Amino acid sequence: MTLDLYGFGPALLAGTLMTIQLALCALALGLVLGLLGALAKTSPNRFLQWLGGTYSTIVRGVPELLWVLLIYFGTVNLMRELGSLLGHPELELNAFAAGVIALGLCFGAYATEVFRGAILAIPRGHREAGQALGLAKGRIFWRIILPQMWRIALPGLGNLFMILMKDTALVSVIGLEEIMRRSQIAVSLSKEPFHFFLIAAFIYLSLTVLAMTAMHFLEQRASRGFKRST
Amino acid sequence: MNWEVIYKFLPKLLEGAWLTLELVGIAVIAGLILAIPLGIARASRHWYVRALPYGYMFFFRGTPLLVQLFLVYYGLAQFEAVRQGPLWPYLRDPFWCAIITMTLHTAAYIAEILRGAIQAIPPGELEAARALGMSKTQTLFYITLPRAARIGLPAYSNEVILMLKASSLASTITLLELTGMSRTIIARTYLPVEIFFAAGMFYLVIAYVMVRAFKLLERRLRVDACQGR
Repeated sequence: MTLDLYGFGPALLAGTLMTIQLALCALALGLVLGLLGALAKTSPNRFLQWLGGTYSTIVRGVPELLWVLLIYFGTVNLMRELGSLLGHPELELNAFAAGVIALGLCFGAYATEVFRGAILAIPRGHREAGQALGLAKGRIFWRIILPQMWRIALPGLGNLFMILMKDTALVSVIGLEEIMRRSQIAVSLSKEPFHFFLIAAFIYLSLTVLAMTAMHFLEQRASRGFKRST
Repeated sequence: MNWEVIYKFLPKLLEGAWLTLELVGIAVIAGLILAIPLGIARASRHWYVRALPYGYMFFFRGTPLLVQLFLVYYGLAQFEAVRQGPLWPYLRDPFWCAIITMTLHTAAYIAEILRGAIQAIPPGELEAARALGMSKTQTLFYITLPRAARIGLPAYSNEVILMLKASSLASTITLLELTGMSRTIIARTYLPVEIFFAAGMFYLVIAYVMVRAFKLLERRLRVDACQGR
């Protein structure tokens, strides 16, 4: 079995970088959506509760691939109308933006549940202590709740990030040149599908291992002061 | 929203939904059967028994399902030996490729669930079996597996829902399941929003029915009553 890359090495490397960019951008969007979703679900406002619940239920019940396709192909008319309002009738969502939105949406729906669990895990007394000190609502959240949520939510978020990284492969379906798309191009030229898809598999495996190691260190750091020294 | 189009293509979408159900049904049942020995071996105390299932699970859980599908459907055809082999009629067929890959994929996740469940069995119960003079095999079949099945059932139901969503990837190897069918219809009608919306509703309904069915099964197996730790 010859594993030379027929000069496709740089292309695969570029694809890997694209995958990482996509995963990190979707992570950023997903974290924001997840935090908003969790705040909505735990808020006393009935409408916000309903909104957060509907968001996480519907997005989690529909396949990620369908979201990618829907956001890429379904927004063409919408973007054109928006574009003509702004004076750029040729406005459209590119594959990268569609991928970030779709994957961020899915990540956010799951993260909503993770963050909600973390908010509920913080003892009520901490919030009350903040109130007793006369802190405003927003301040209690930023200074007391959010910093503590991080430690509790981290393992759950780590799992979601691994899933997100594997889901980036779906964006190849709409033509974004990440690992899978680059491998497909290499396959169509070299006629060696098994070798190139196996290489793609190993790139994903190493990304997973990398993310796992990073998560391990982050978790170690976040649990400072909570672990007993042995 | 153009509701007439949805109504017009409803039979086609139902056809796609049926194929989706077939794929998921076969994969999660075959995957469970494959996962039982894997999970037991993975929970073993000996490293040489653990090593092989560990490698298998690491590969299948660490790479995207899309890559695995392409490896089986497009990749295997690269080898002359496979094309001449007895399995070629199956490996040439996208339906069987999807079934094989999804089964191997979900088996890795179910085995991990099973390992967690086996290790979550209170040690006292296994010691009790020992004290009653049960052999190792007897303990496995009368205590460990029934107990692990109940501990792992909620996680298994999650996995089935995840596979329902993962089955949409079968559309990338030309299968006309729910997502594939929608894409074909859209290629004809140019109405992505309506058709994808309808497909999404199908997925939601199927997922909802599955969740309810598993809740019933959990009540039937008295999962709550067994959780006393």
